Amino acid sequence: MAQTWVVVPMYNEASVIASVIKELRKSLPHVVCVDDCSTDDSAAQARSAGAIVVQHPINLGQGASLQTGFEFVRLIPEMTEVVTFDADGQHQVQDALDMVQRLRDEKLDIVIGSRFLDNRTDMSGLKRFVLRLATGYTRITTGMALTDAHNGLRVISRDMIFELQLRQNRMAHASELVDQISLHKATWAEHPTHIVYTEYSKSKGQSVLNAINILVEIIFK
Amino acid sequence: MTIIFQILAIIAVIVVAIVMLRGGGARNQAIQRIFMLLFIVAAGSSIFVPQVWTFAARLLGVGRGTDLLLYITVLAFLGVAATTYRRFRRLENDLTAMARQVALARADNQQNSSEVTEPPASDGDK
Repeated sequence: MAQTWVVVPMYNEASVIASVIKELRKSLPHVVCVDDCSTDDSAAQARSAGAIVVQHPINLGQGASLQTGFEFVRLIPEMTEVVTFDADGQHQVQDALDMVQRLRDEKLDIVIGSRFLDNRTDMSGLKRFVLRLATGYTRITTGMALTDAHNGLRVISRDMIFELQLRQNRMAHASELVDQISLHKATWAEHPTHIVYTEYSKSKGQSVLNAINILVEIIFK
Repeated sequence: MTIIFQILAIIAVIVVAIVMLRGGGARNQAIQRIFMLLFIVAAGSSIFVPQVWTFAARLLGVGRGTDLLLYITVLAFLGVAATTYRRFRRLENDLTAMARQVALARADNQQNSSEVTEPPASDGDK
């Protein structure tokens, strides 16, 4: 009775969230949307598309939204693995399905999406450079040879979901998650994923300057 | 002579950093208040008897009393910045925990009420 749950952290995505969730639910019907106190009608849109919506009473950040999602799915006894999926539609559902299959086949604790395992993802040179720096930092601090430390698409096993405790509310949670994986000596793999940078996701995505904020948040925990 | 002051300043920074980072509730607060008291005394004395500062500065090899005062102010500011950061961090953690509990509790209520009114969606994954 395997049941895959999808956790979608969401903040002001009313224009795209319904289509993202409808697309997801064609193959992954269990979707929980964590609404980080959006000021538009994202929550209503998500609910109408068939997602369960958990609403933060105040804005806390993407890391906090993920953790809330994790704590929500922990309460579901049938849950066998969790997919984290960005709300802006930059991920491919097929990639998520492949990653779930791989997690089950290879009995892994976590499968992490990577934009750098093949050449499908098109991005600017500067963004590529900053992401490379981030993976270098991850490799030094955790010893994990990841190629893409800041990909929002992951599949996490039930056991691992109970271990994760993200305290970085803002953007540094991606590095923190990798830290905790390495701390628990979890088995992991990277899976090639395709990210589509539409004009919409670009306008929503983080500026490369945000790397500085992430670094400071990591150092001054 | 400045080397003496530099060493003292470094020691002061380290001591403040350790005190701030160790936390420790009431004891920490008491130390902060002692520093605050010293700071008030220092501020008062610099107005009424500035010669004392010049004298102390000479002893430490800093030169002028105002320079010494500036150094101490910078150190004090760093201390305040560090404690403020820690306090905010703790506050944020508590607030996050509470907001999360509220979010999850509300989701529970919603699900319970929706289960009564509508049948669960068909489950293609099982």
